[in-house]
Amino acid sequence: MALTLAQKLVARAAGRDAVAPGEIVTCRVDLAMMHDSGGPRRVKPMLEQLGAKVWDPAKVVVVTDHYLPATDADSRRIVEIARDWVKAAGVERFYDGEGICHVVLPERGHLRPGMFAVGGDSHSPTGGAFGAYMFGIGATEMLGVLVTGEIWLKVPHTIVIELEGALGDGLSAKDVMLFLIGRFGMDGGEYQAVEFRGAAVRGMPMQERMTLANMTAELGGQAGLVAPDATTRDYLGAAGVGEAELDVVQFERWQSDPEAPVLAHHRFDAGALAPQVAAPDSPANAAAAADHGDVRIDIAYIGACTGAKLADLRMAARVLEGRRAASGVRLMVAPASLRDQELARREGTLGVLLDAGAELLPIACGACAGYGANRLAENTVAISTTARNFKGRMGAPSSRVYLASPYTVAASAAAGRICDPREFLASRGPR
Amino acid sequence: MTGRAWVFGDDIDTDALAPGRYMKYAVDEIAKHCLEAIDPAFAAAVRPGDVVVGGRNFGLGSSREQAAAALRHLGVAALVAESFAGLFHRNALNLGLPALACADAKRIRPGDELRVDPQAGRIENRTTGETLACEPVPGFLLEMVRDGGLLPHLEKKLARRKGTT
Ligand code: SF4
Repeated sequence: MALTLAQKLVARAAGRDAVAPGEIVTCRVDLAMMHDSGGPRRVKPMLEQLGAKVWDPAKVVVVTDHYLPATDADSRRIVEIARDWVKAAGVERFYDGEGICHVVLPERGHLRPGMFAVGGDSHSPTGGAFGAYMFGIGATEMLGVLVTGEIWLKVPHTIVIELEGALGDGLSAKDVMLFLIGRFGMDGGEYQAVEFRGAAVRGMPMQERMTLANMTAELGGQAGLVAPDATTRDYLGAAGVGEAELDVVQFERWQSDPEAPVLAHHRFDAGALAPQVAAPDSPANAAAAADHGDVRIDIAYIGACTGAKLADLRMAARVLEGRRAASGVRLMVAPASLRDQELARREGTLGVLLDAGAELLPIACGACAGYGANRLAENTVAISTTARNFKGRMGAPSSRVYLASPYTVAASAAAGRICDPREFLASRGPR
Repeated sequence: MTGRAWVFGDDIDTDALAPGRYMKYAVDEIAKHCLEAIDPAFAAAVRPGDVVVGGRNFGLGSSREQAAAALRHLGVAALVAESFAGLFHRNALNLGLPALACADAKRIRPGDELRVDPQAGRIENRTTGETLACEPVPGFLLEMVRDGGLLPHLEKKLARRKGTT
């Protein structure tokens, strides 16, 4: 029987040779990720109520990112609960203030091809960039996983997005996702598995593939998958996964069979894509940057798991090298992880951004979640590398948030208005 | 269960249901601000037993289950929508809040008196006399909802296991 990658991953976790789309199965969980907001502070009281313990602390990873820096007593308490709980529960893989969960897990080599994983966050499909089946769940369902080590799943159909050719200069995975969300809507993924294929995907480094998989959440998919290849293997090796461990991963096994039936197969020419911007208040309001007319901006925000990884910071720096943010524009940069911030500092990328007038914000979810400081004030207009621009998410309900790639956010910061970043790269010769 | 309908449009997101700035508080506080960006009167005016009706992709966005918990806290007895975001749908059921997908949800008007039967997958609109069919919810999930959600369901299972050993 010909199977898709999604079916193979689910079948393995369900202890079966094969599974069919639509079947309901019970899967064993290889890894459960939680952050400070939806994690310990929510599951701890429930575990206590049940008098239950974590099924396997070695399979749990906890990250603090939403309530850092803790600016008030409530936030401090939430973070403290996480710190205390991991000790009491025997969870050793705890990353405290080291970055946003979806970026920290991969950089520590925790996500590998063939895994079946859940995360207490909606952008958990990010793990699919590594050929793992990973999806987001709420705190109560996480409790179920922590107690039983299992979760039910309706075996997904697969929707194939094939990107042929190569992205042009100034284009990124973010543009691909905004385009797809604009085209298919925020429920276009039908809560199925979306598999990204094609030469343009093969050509992407891991952090770009992570953006594809991450924003499958906005596309309404349950999981977003990229079959593993040499790029995956190299990344994991660099993340400290040893050769012997890599050898057991079976990279060749975690590929869709070519003849496996899929729900839909969409093909796009990556080379024809123009930089995308999504207007308020939905990622689905995406159109070419040039089609948005004259939109003046007050804030340019480079942050979040979708938009402030090293690869993203480099894109912004390419545009901003030798330039400054326009007067009246507040350019904010919140790197997605400590490690990426340090790499960016060492190679000069961060310096370029600071020279352009960027304010460096703490490494955390920050303004993306709208939880703490730096919430957008009334009537501000922002362009942001984050994943969502729902009304009021990042601040006042009257604030207006446009979503775009790091290239486009950086170019717009320099111009003071939304613009196509290719104008800024044109004068710089080939990459 | 019978209740009055509160009708909302397409794409009601989790930031509208449980706004980020209140996420550090307990659900009773979050619930006061539930849907305030769309209908500032809702949280104060909704009554126990009422039914919240949405359009397409209800509950899209975050994994925060406070989005469903806030509605339950306000006494909302059931959710009906043309379609639900998958993650929110799991959360609602896990919290014991019946959430039924109904292709004809848009036929329901604000204030209609609805009798919702999750078991039969049916909604009777007592105001218009119409009966609307819903997508069936798998039996094991209905059982969990009847127990009041995953937490009491697990509690029951664990107690049963203890009882037999
Ligand atoms: S950066 Fe934003 S999208 Fe990413 S995990 Fe944090 S809140 Fe969610």
